[in-house]
Amino acid sequence: MAKKAKKAKKKSRTEEAASKAETTLRVIERTARRVLDAVKRGELPKLAVPSRTLSNVIYEPDVGHFELGGRTKARSLDLRGARPLAQTLRLLALSKELVEADDFATKREAYYVAKGWGDCRFDEQSASDAILDDVEALAAADGLSREALGFVPESHGGSVAGRLIVIDETPPVGPVRVDCAALGSGAYTVPRSLEHLSFESDAEFVLAIETGGMFQRLSHHRFFDRRPCILLEMGGVPSRATRRFARQLVEQLSLPLYVFTDCDPYGFANIYRTLKAGSGNAAHMSHLYAVPSARFLGVTPRDIVDFGLEDASQPLTDTDRKRGRDAIRNDPFFRAHPAWVDAIEELLEMGVRAEQQALAKWGLNFVIDEYLPRKLAAPDTFLP
Amino acid sequence: MPPSAAARLDARDLASRQRSISVSEFFLKNRHLLGFDSPGRALLTAVKEAVDNALDACEEAGLLPEVWVEIERTGDETVRVAVEDNGPGIVEEQIARIFGKLLYGSKFHQRAQSRGQQGMGISAAGMYGQLTTGEPMRIVSRTTRRHPARERIVSIDAAKNRPEIHARRDIEDWHRPHGTRVEIAMVGQYQHGAHSVPLYLKLTAAANPHVTLHLTDPDGRTITFARTVRKKPPRPKRIQPHPHGVELGQLIQMLKGTEATHLGAFLRKDLSQVGKRTAKAIIERAGQGLTARSYCKRIAREKAAALHRAIEETPIRSPSSDCVVPIGAAGLLRGLEQQLPASFYTVASRRPAVYRGNPFVVEVALAWGRRDAAHVEIDEDGRLREVGDPSEPDRARQPARLVRFANRVPLLYKQSHGAIHRAVVETNWRRYGLEQPSGSLPHGPMTLMVHVASVWVPFTSESKEALASYPEILRELSLALQTVGRALKKHVRHERRLERELEKRVAIERYLPHVAGAIGDILALPEGERDALVERLDGLVHRARKVA
Repeated sequence: MAKKAKKAKKKSRTEEAASKAETTLRVIERTARRVLDAVKRGELPKLAVPSRTLSNVIYEPDVGHFELGGRTKARSLDLRGARPLAQTLRLLALSKELVEADDFATKREAYYVAKGWGDCRFDEQSASDAILDDVEALAAADGLSREALGFVPESHGGSVAGRLIVIDETPPVGPVRVDCAALGSGAYTVPRSLEHLSFESDAEFVLAIETGGMFQRLSHHRFFDRRPCILLEMGGVPSRATRRFARQLVEQLSLPLYVFTDCDPYGFANIYRTLKAGSGNAAHMSHLYAVPSARFLGVTPRDIVDFGLEDASQPLTDTDRKRGRDAIRNDPFFRAHPAWVDAIEELLEMGVRAEQQALAKWGLNFVIDEYLPRKLAAPDTFLP
Repeated sequence: MPPSAAARLDARDLASRQRSISVSEFFLKNRHLLGFDSPGRALLTAVKEAVDNALDACEEAGLLPEVWVEIERTGDETVRVAVEDNGPGIVEEQIARIFGKLLYGSKFHQRAQSRGQQGMGISAAGMYGQLTTGEPMRIVSRTTRRHPARERIVSIDAAKNRPEIHARRDIEDWHRPHGTRVEIAMVGQYQHGAHSVPLYLKLTAAANPHVTLHLTDPDGRTITFARTVRKKPPRPKRIQPHPHGVELGQLIQMLKGTEATHLGAFLRKDLSQVGKRTAKAIIERAGQGLTARSYCKRIAREKAAALHRAIEETPIRSPSSDCVVPIGAAGLLRGLEQQLPASFYTVASRRPAVYRGNPFVVEVALAWGRRDAAHVEIDEDGRLREVGDPSEPDRARQPARLVRFANRVPLLYKQSHGAIHRAVVETNWRRYGLEQPSGSLPHGPMTLMVHVASVWVPFTSESKEALASYPEILRELSLALQTVGRALKKHVRHERRLERELEKRVAIERYLPHVAGAIGDILALPEGERDALVERLDGLVHRARKVA
């Protein structure tokens, strides 16, 4: 008993990763066992895969992120289901192989591995991606991420700078400490897999930034020295690696996360909403990736007025308007937040959009000297 | 200008040249009418006439027919045909007349279903032989074990239509207790294919499942078409014409020739299905002062016309079915199965109907697919499998085979003539899922066997090749064809469903080794268990899927 408690206490990131691998193997084996048992009982094996259609995506304000409803699609040995069932099981077998060998495969690599599977091969990568998403949704029910299954994202995440030390225990190099405040003009790049990372930090908050340009400005002028914080570059809609990294930071360090994007429907509905609540087609992963505590710092429609950016704005495009109206009408996240509905309606009425860089109208470092300090003085005014 | 005397013939001259023509002479000049226009056809016609006679004789005597056909090549162009039966034999005095006189027979004047009807065929064959080789016929016949078999060498005096007997002999130790053998030497050619003797015998066997036929061909090979049923078909009854088919002229003729004195008796006795009550109804409807006691011979033309109208308008029972004997659904099936292997059979047997007072019955049988062609089968466990040889040529795009029968006799010539072909072509087979170029037979791996049985089959010519297209006959044919068409459609739908289901199962089965392999990889199962898993999955898939 005592020994067990001690072990749990002293558990390093590597040990944690190892136990995670065990969980993964257990989940995979359980799935296979279920199929085998059904056959032994004389039943046609069935695999209930969560339905990933938008109509099965729900938003619970209490939970704060998108999730899948209860609907599932049954994969069975019928004309429609036989091939995807076999493919799902073969991908699970591949996953087991990867986890056991402590290896990984990107989606594209998995697609090519399957080229050797004869009748089970995928004709296009979109087909293997879809089945992979099913496998992921299947494992997500047990709290496993795609990375835990050995399938890693194609691209790495954004850049990180500021008051953060990343301890990377990825074998075989062993523990490496990266001080994100001491990388000079460079930055730390969010890796594909976070299984072996742990953090140390004295930051007060995490600032997720839409554009690389703004990230560079804040990083170059060491904004984090004025306000202890971690700067995270998203580069448009954040990649999975970035979202997962943000989630880990917030969770492990118990920090608030503020989001800083352009003032346009894309910034609100695509970038911010995805980071905070997840996306419709990856709703099955939101509980692992979403950061429901995130708040929207700016640029808000009100900022355009408050900071006199009217003459630095551009008219909304048709796409902007459509996206804005769509968010108010159909996006359950925005519909659950009246403050957001008001803000978007205000923007649509003003008929303009403003980029983060519009602040440069008042001087290149206006954002550092004026905008951010003024905003950060009142975090409770941030949009939800 | 009067025509020159030399060029002119006066009526007297003409009269001196006019004389009656003997049927035999007529035949000599018109032998194509009877089916002797080519050596190939002549041989087949001779066989056919002899076999028809043999079968009729056996059946009339209540014997199960067995017939031996022997064809021997005697020269470059000549053959000797011998047809022998186990029939009742022919009494001595009749032998020469039956074979040596045209239009002599028992069948022409009767109203009963039989194969031969004119009394022309066999003597015509003999005459053809005589004409082409100069040889007379040899006939051996025996009626009972108590008497010897009688042998006659007979030729026909064509001018007088009279038999000439060249030799007579008694054979004490003939090998058959009763029966008849006829031998004809003729210019003839033994051929293969659609107009061949073996095909004719095979089809005859198909339509006469109670008959056994043997053929010895010119190469000495013997084929036997064995009977599949031992039950003799019921004897067709001789009957009077049915009133609804009698035409006015025929009615007047009958009134003149009747043995009945009074109209009431005439209606009851000379027409079938007319009883006292129906006779009374007809006479009352006719009016014109006619009564049951009117003298038949004195009924004038207008009154006869009124009577004819009244007959038409009075409902009268359908002809009794015992005057025409169909092969019957069971018999047709047995015959077809024996002679035409197929994967599906369906039969439609119509009730008797009437044309021109003659009852007739239409039967259609359909054989679909080939037993050895590739098709999908379903077993008791619900498993499907493909059986047969997939390399067998697909007949789906070839026209169906149509085999026509009249009174159980296959009609091999003039395939695309007459009522039967017309009814088949006019049936819309597309409705039953077949392809059918307009004005043609339907396409598909199919044999259609169509039989018309009647007390008098309305052939379009003496050579008995095609049936006249009476509307009543066309109607019955078309109804019977529609019935088999509907059954075929159901079957083809089922066949296609099985094929599609097999395709689906094959598509599913393809993934079973993958499922078992993945499970095996994940749970580290040994090879044997993986194979067993594939087997079990396969069983489960078959059990789960139902074929409607």
